[in-house]
Amino acid sequence: MEDINPEVNGNSEIENSKSETFKVPTMAEMLAEGKEPEILFWVGCAGSFDERAQKITRDICKILQHVGMSYAVLGTEESCTGDPAKRAGNEFLFQMQAMTNIEVLNGYNIKKIVTGCPHCFNTIKNEYPGLGGTYEVIHHTQLIQQLIDEGKLKAEGGESFKGKRITYHDPCYLGRGNNVYEAPRRALEILDTELVEMKRCKSNGLCCGAGGAQMFKEAEKGNKEINDERIDEVISINATVVAAACPFCMTMLTDGVKHRDKEDEIKVLDIAEITVRANRL
Amino acid sequence: MIGQLIFIIILVAAIYLFSKNVGKIRRNILLGKDTDRSDQPAKRWRIMAKVALGQTKMVKRPVAAVMHFFIYVGFIIINLEVMEIMIDGIFGSHRVFSKPLGSLYGLLIGSFEVLAVLVLTSCVVFLIRRNIIHLKRFSGVEMTEWPKSDANYILCIEILLMTAFLTMNAADYKLQALHFGEYIKAGNFPVSSLIAPLLPSSAHALVITERVCWWFHICGILAFLNYLPYSKHFHILLAFPNVYYSNLSLKGKFTNMPSVTNEVKAMLDPSFTPPAPAEGEVSRFGAKDVTDLTWKNLMEAYTCTECGRCTSVCPANITGKLLSPRKIMMDTRDRITEVGKNIDMNGKDHDDGKTLLDTYITREEIWACTSCNACVEACPVNINPLEIITELRRYSVMEDAQAPASLNNMFGNMENNGAPWKYSQADRFNWAENK
Repeated sequence: MEDINPEVNGNSEIENSKSETFKVPTMAEMLAEGKEPEILFWVGCAGSFDERAQKITRDICKILQHVGMSYAVLGTEESCTGDPAKRAGNEFLFQMQAMTNIEVLNGYNIKKIVTGCPHCFNTIKNEYPGLGGTYEVIHHTQLIQQLIDEGKLKAEGGESFKGKRITYHDPCYLGRGNNVYEAPRRALEILDTELVEMKRCKSNGLCCGAGGAQMFKEAEKGNKEINDERIDEVISINATVVAAACPFCMTMLTDGVKHRDKEDEIKVLDIAEITVRANRL
Repeated sequence: MIGQLIFIIILVAAIYLFSKNVGKIRRNILLGKDTDRSDQPAKRWRIMAKVALGQTKMVKRPVAAVMHFFIYVGFIIINLEVMEIMIDGIFGSHRVFSKPLGSLYGLLIGSFEVLAVLVLTSCVVFLIRRNIIHLKRFSGVEMTEWPKSDANYILCIEILLMTAFLTMNAADYKLQALHFGEYIKAGNFPVSSLIAPLLPSSAHALVITERVCWWFHICGILAFLNYLPYSKHFHILLAFPNVYYSNLSLKGKFTNMPSVTNEVKAMLDPSFTPPAPAEGEVSRFGAKDVTDLTWKNLMEAYTCTECGRCTSVCPANITGKLLSPRKIMMDTRDRITEVGKNIDMNGKDHDDGKTLLDTYITREEIWACTSCNACVEACPVNINPLEIITELRRYSVMEDAQAPASLNNMFGNMENNGAPWKYSQADRFNWAENK
């Protein structure tokens, strides 16, 4: 848990993808061209560095490009929101990060932000306003829901999820933290597949075990890992796909599946990945 | 006449003692730091009506919810009966409401009796759940001798009170049939009429039974009232203000500490002059002891009825870690009670060398939390153990510099590279390279 795969930009496969190369615009470039994007894509640390999460980051970009939304990222100007520091009790470090980020965001006159991570989403949306950074912030599953509702995004032309049993794992900071329960489910409902809920879902959802800065430390002494507990629940309902919406949950759930030797039976996929696959973007 | 005098003395003494103990709890709660929960009164009343009065969060566990609802409604409705008992006790009357209310009285007594049976049954079921089935929710490290006994005492007292109430009515009912003295016909007594045959038939014995039950019932209630401040059962009173003063923000939103904002601003901008701290404000970051917490945290500690719904959904607790959100609340109450006793006995500035963190709550507990808010969501009266855990973490990190080593590494990475892992800021955009 402490380390993520340090291999950055390995030649990871992009299955089912048209594999078209794409250029991700940065705010700096946009500014130089005198343009303001409609939305800033806040990638987050996991989305920037964790190999698995990087793939999801690219998938979110693919979705944005597919629907022709004008967006940009901060690139190397982005920095950690400070979430793990804040949850761990280091308010100093959090506010240092927050104020530095707010300066950058306000400098670019950012109005609307989509994040690839519920932790970034929660922090920027709820905790930045008190420090001078007020933006309209949505999580990428909410963006996907909006696009579906507007008819811009469907589930066609790509991989079929028929015959699969998909369950959705609610990330704490998206679900209980911000009451976002339906948006990610909407993205799954349009698939021609069976959606099954775990007993502990929505406001009763069980944490993956990574929140509160646990991602960055060894778990305290106990008799079970929290992610194993969660995967046991996935196994108990015979789901073949666990949909996630958070890079930390992704790591924890993937590890849990490995611990239970179920890598062949259970796939952990982000909502963005599922959308990209279903549309063969 | 002597009876009336004794009654009035007991009543006044009971109310005096109760007020005194409630005053102490109020004083203890106000030892906490200030926090403003006076905004949006309309919304607060609504939440109180829904969550406290309407018990909407109880339904997550339907069996307990239904039983608890019986006891709750029983408690509220039977208070009407208690009012009559008080008046009778003071003025020496008998069933003073029966004449003015007429047939409505019979209906009321009937409903009290039905409720009394429901309360009694619920209490028996609750006792069985705790002591025979041994529901997991009612065990745990914090469920030591006293909390377990406390729960059993409450249930047993309620059973005794309801039994006395029904027996009293049964004797009354029988005396009414005998047209004895002041025992005039007052309704159908749907439940107690069924147990009436079990009672003796002599009028004398019936009067004694009725009087003994009457005195036992009312003295029991007054004794129970005075038990509340020492018991988890205090929730019947504090649940309402506690829900009223709920945190109205989204659960994901943690407070931004203003004291830190000032220091960070001064660090980033040397020309910034932070405002002088308010008078009496403790300059400590986070919480080491209960007095570093807010009054709301302390009110929550006194509101907690130790039902354990928080602990039963805590991912750390489920997987065998030491953390139990219920214990966080119980420790906070035990400690603030202790601090209050110290003040009573040794004056305001007495230092007993104990603190909430370390003496009561260990570091291992606070570092097991995933801040998932499951405990907050689960609490039927909107208690927030996560706030306390966060404050204790803040103290550990910012005052005590005692974070787990791996978290210190994470802090270091964030400070140096702007990411919690050891990656260079310059590599942050590599993910976009031509995939």
